[in-house]
Amino acid sequence: MSVAVKTFAKLADAAGALSSERGARFLAGGTLVMRALNEADPSIETIVRSTDPNFVNIALSSGRIELGAGVTMAAILAERDLAFLHPVARAVGGPAVREAATVGGNLFAPSPYGDFAAALLALDAVVMLAGGFGQREAPLEEFLGRRERGSALVASVVCKRPAADAFRFVKVTRVHPKGVSVLSIAAQLPLASGRIAGARIAYNAMARAPVRAKAAERALEGRTLDAAGIAPALAVATDGTAPVDDAIASAWWRREILPVHLRRLLIGAGHA
Amino acid sequence: MKTPVQFRLNGDDVAAFAESGANLLDVLRESVGDLSVKGGCWQGTCGTCTVLIDGLPRLSCITLAESCAGKSVETVAGLRRGADLHPLQSAFMEHFAAQCGYCTPGMLMAAKALLDRNPNPSREEVVDAICGNICRCTGYEPIIAAVLDAARGDNRRRA
Repeated sequence: MSVAVKTFAKLADAAGALSSERGARFLAGGTLVMRALNEADPSIETIVRSTDPNFVNIALSSGRIELGAGVTMAAILAERDLAFLHPVARAVGGPAVREAATVGGNLFAPSPYGDFAAALLALDAVVMLAGGFGQREAPLEEFLGRRERGSALVASVVCKRPAADAFRFVKVTRVHPKGVSVLSIAAQLPLASGRIAGARIAYNAMARAPVRAKAAERALEGRTLDAAGIAPALAVATDGTAPVDDAIASAWWRREILPVHLRRLLIGAGHA
Repeated sequence: MKTPVQFRLNGDDVAAFAESGANLLDVLRESVGDLSVKGGCWQGTCGTCTVLIDGLPRLSCITLAESCAGKSVETVAGLRRGADLHPLQSAFMEHFAAQCGYCTPGMLMAAKALLDRNPNPSREEVVDAICGNICRCTGYEPIIAAVLDAARGDNRRRA
């Protein structure tokens, strides 16, 4: 199968080509698009790439993190100042996949993939989109809800650095040390006077795209992270989820084990 | 539609015409003639097609061949040192770390990427280095032992 490959030095030009050409797909690390090409996906007629250095740039300031959409999991693991994200990046494939898999690509990874996107969702991330209209931003939650539609190109993802020790992540797999997610949970758990203030919890593989656990977030507000404090959140842990049956696990099993792993994560016994 | 691709393969310059959009694995095997690299899944999940690109492990089945222009590609065919096997190859033989052998080229390259970066890996680091490479025969333990042994042997030679 032969397709046209177009490489652009500027991301804006790549975005223009992506939105104007029929059957165009953007290629970053290749874990999704090259696989589709190998399977002779007839919807792909043109591959659009960019060598723009901003696409692979990591910009860190005191409270702000901006990850170019082409930043790989390996690049995140090499960045000491992003240590809180290392367990998430390490959960994405083996070393060869981590050299290819990108932040932007993970936002498009179909369930049960998308562990990094769930982490960004828990960090209240904003997606910077490049397109024919110029650049605009969209909340990640909104972006994930309509990612199958539209042809905008993700330029970068921006979030605030969480408070020290406030970010937690767990990935549940059947195969160890590395397997596809049965589910994963990312949580940002800020504390004020020992009580949760503004929790963000996100699940991967509990719906067709990563989702926020808003009922559990509300139930945690003002509570302490102990058995009694988290009980109301566990009772509503599966609210708003719509897991699917796949080769890794059934939807029923995912619902059954979600509260177990959420409890472990919240009381600090979670593991990456 | 064919497109020219030029890169260094195991230290030698190579040039080929590849189908536009072709993956590196197919170009290596079908256009360049390096049959040492194996294809397993063409989905980026089994690791048997692992090669090193500019020293880093990559899955050749999901790597756009055109993106390798001007880069250095290493396959298992380039591992031997003259007439001698690479220490990793010798260790794989000594530890019976290959049975059907299909995963072996990818395992060797994943292990080489680790030892090039970290000559004294722990067992956990070896496990992580090959965690993206599937073997259905050995149960992994002989492979882990071989990589650790190759590292120790390399260190002895340096001492």
